Amino acid sequence: MTIQVQEADFDVGAEISALRAGNPQIGAVASFIGLVRDMNDGSNVAAMTLEHYPAMTHKALAAIVADAETRWTLLGCTVIHRVGALFPTDQIVLVAVATSHRADAFAACEFIMDYLKTQAPFWKKEQTPEGERWVESRHSDEAAAGRWG
Amino acid sequence: MNIKVLYFARLRERFGVAEEVIELPDSMAMVAMLLDLLRARGGEWAQALAAGQNFRVAVNQDMAAMNAPLEADDEVAIFPPVTGG
Repeated sequence: MTIQVQEADFDVGAEISALRAGNPQIGAVASFIGLVRDMNDGSNVAAMTLEHYPAMTHKALAAIVADAETRWTLLGCTVIHRVGALFPTDQIVLVAVATSHRADAFAACEFIMDYLKTQAPFWKKEQTPEGERWVESRHSDEAAAGRWG
Repeated sequence: MNIKVLYFARLRERFGVAEEVIELPDSMAMVAMLLDLLRARGGEWAQALAAGQNFRVAVNQDMAAMNAPLEADDEVAIFPPVTGG
């Protein structure tokens, strides 16, 4: 399991290569990449700042991956989340999951993202033409996390 | 007993403080009672932490419920619902 919280960008290809290197049991890798959009809730977004709770962030992400490991047999997992100043088209988050078969990879990847969106202590602040604003949490994210039981 | 309290994101800005140490009577060793103490400051504290306001609490870096117990030197964080990913 690789969990990183960092300001720097990441190379998805290199991360997936490292995730599956040398393990012939791996038959599937599913990944999700979250990106900064230039529009949110009807306003142009020029930039975004991601704040986090450093002492808790790694622990929360590790707990989410550990939870996934009780539900599916994971042969590897990489979670990278960026913090600090980000701009439209920038990568924010990578979740990549390696398993034997695709169904587990798809499900575990979606589960980890759903839990990350509601459990991991990150907060987005957007810079828009109307000024700075904190992004509001979405009920749809709570509902997405809730469906895993 | 002393409790370290951290605030993040919108709440940190509203309160104008990121971190403080609060002396909590031993008889109030519960998250809900710490919140009562903070609400009693009035103003932004009373508004932002009012019943029905949407905020989360972590104790020692784990999400916690209002009835979670507190011990000396615990780290309590109070923050808005998270919006990462």
